Amino acid sequence: MQALVIVAHGSHLNPDSSTPTYRHADTVRETGAFDEVVTGFWKEEPHFREVLRTVESDEVYVVPLFISEGYFTEEVIPRELRVDDDVGLDDPDPGWEPRRGAPEDVDKSVHYCGPVGTHDAMSDVIVQRAESVTGDTDVGDGFGLTVVGHGTERNENSAKAIEYHADRIRERGRFDEVKALFMDEDPEVDDVTDFFESDDVVVVPLFIADGYHTQEDIPEDMGLTDDYRKGWETPGEVDGHHIWYSGAVGTEDLMADVVLERAAEAGADVGDAIETVRELTGGVRPPADD
Amino acid sequence: MQPEQVDRLREAADAGVSFDGLDVERGDDGYRFAVPGDERTGLDADGFRAAAADAAGYVTNWCFWNETAPSYDARRSFLRWLESADERAVPDRYESLTDGVVRHWGELELTATLGDDGHRTYDLRHETDGGRPVADLDAFEDPLEARELVTYDEKGRYRPLKTAPTLRTGWVFPGLSARELTETVGHVYPATVENWHREREGDLDVSHWRETAERQTGIYDIVDELDREAVERIAATCCVDSQCLKRREWEYDEGTEVDVDGGDGEFPCREPCSLVVAAARKWTTLEREETHTYEFELTPSEKEQVEEIIDTVADGRTDDVREADVYEGANRYRARYLREKLFGDEGNLAGVPTED
Repeated sequence: MQALVIVAHGSHLNPDSSTPTYRHADTVRETGAFDEVVTGFWKEEPHFREVLRTVESDEVYVVPLFISEGYFTEEVIPRELRVDDDVGLDDPDPGWEPRRGAPEDVDKSVHYCGPVGTHDAMSDVIVQRAESVTGDTDVGDGFGLTVVGHGTERNENSAKAIEYHADRIRERGRFDEVKALFMDEDPEVDDVTDFFESDDVVVVPLFIADGYHTQEDIPEDMGLTDDYRKGWETPGEVDGHHIWYSGAVGTEDLMADVVLERAAEAGADVGDAIETVRELTGGVRPPADD
Repeated sequence: MQPEQVDRLREAADAGVSFDGLDVERGDDGYRFAVPGDERTGLDADGFRAAAADAAGYVTNWCFWNETAPSYDARRSFLRWLESADERAVPDRYESLTDGVVRHWGELELTATLGDDGHRTYDLRHETDGGRPVADLDAFEDPLEARELVTYDEKGRYRPLKTAPTLRTGWVFPGLSARELTETVGHVYPATVENWHREREGDLDVSHWRETAERQTGIYDIVDELDREAVERIAATCCVDSQCLKRREWEYDEGTEVDVDGGDGEFPCREPCSLVVAAARKWTTLEREETHTYEFELTPSEKEQVEEIIDTVADGRTDDVREADVYEGANRYRARYLREKLFGDEGNLAGVPTED
């Protein structure tokens, strides 16, 4: 038997934090690719410490629903799953190799996968998010796109992931302009309209869940609203530009595809589930040369 | 009992069956079919069928546990515990199961009922709703729907701790299969079945306070500064039955017990949870402060009112204080009056500034 365990941060304060995690788990569950699909959290239950014992399968694929390699994926999750002797590596370079571990508390083989945020397929999810927020499956021509990240405050890999996807999407030539912007370092999302000539700009925050940053900080910082509680228009007018603000990319249904890709590259037998999920979630296929 | 069930048992007799009082095997002189008080040997297929017909409960019970019940040991023992399968013989158990056997798990009431051919169906609801007709409750079928139900309490507030005694009422999963029941319980109280099972097997991996605190990194790295007395206070604050339905099994360390009662919960708590660790971080920084001597003047009733307000907040009873009940110290009007009288313009108690 094989199980998929999706691990995410969760929250003690925000009930919506775990919603995307549950939804992507449900999408993968529907494909039947795994005998069991469960979720585990740092701030909710089951906790990372106890999630492995909730599955019967011997082969367990753990996919972190995190944006980048860093403190959580390299240190906290391996330690809490009790596979840090096998898995905990301080590997700052993107380009993840799946690792295998034998937890101390359960008799299982853990396949520790890379975080979703740095997988190539994440670029597709960002594009799909742009399609969702504009309601246009061909969006690109005449549009700018910005991928927004937290910045280096806590982890420089997070900035690398943002730039990586922005570069990849730019190279495809679909959008007129593509730019990586940050919340707490230059170039800052506060000045979003300074960076674009296009009248229409899609803003996609590379965050797993909607919360304080994506629903309060970023809309206010961009000038989309002066008070997040009042909400904002989509598109909203800022300095003569139409800002199409999408909210967290992690809520896009196609994220389930990235979860599967990560598990598959660690050796999970997912059959045709990746294709199924792309169909279920309206996933875009990357260009042939991508 | 279906003829196919008997056929499957007879096929299994080749390898031998010994389960819940039923013993079946195939020898050179035919089949042996034995249940307590009735042993038959040298049976041919017809004789086997006749014996099975006289002990139908044993046959369908074997079918259920062999073919339908989950294979995962923790879930299986939970389901067997539900119907006291290890303590009660099949006829006795079946008699109770016909009417429904009720067990409690945290705030859940679980009822196992015998259907046709040994099938069990399970009803899962809040214990407060015990005995209410299903038609009076919101009925659900899909175990995944439990996730949403347990996210908010009766007042619509987020429940960050799944085992807090604040489950909403008014809903029911009336017709769950064995697999669906354990899945639903897993959504309501994650990992409780697994940890309970480990405890029963003598295999519960408890992480005590010291070990857990020392493991923390990042912003939680500091919690190992807290002394034993603070940990006692944390256990009394967060881990008693009024706050969490798990039974605390972790202590200060392997050799030093926490004196506070661990509670009477059915399922164990094997280490300080993420809420306790996060709160401990706040208490660590608060405990770093030195005390100061402040001088306030309060009437005896004002002193008692301050105590009453703290008690009411700490016990989560603020919503129970009626709006016009000015005899309660924690009444809103009483508190507003006290604030008017005692707080200066800066919001300082009795006008005394807070010293850093």
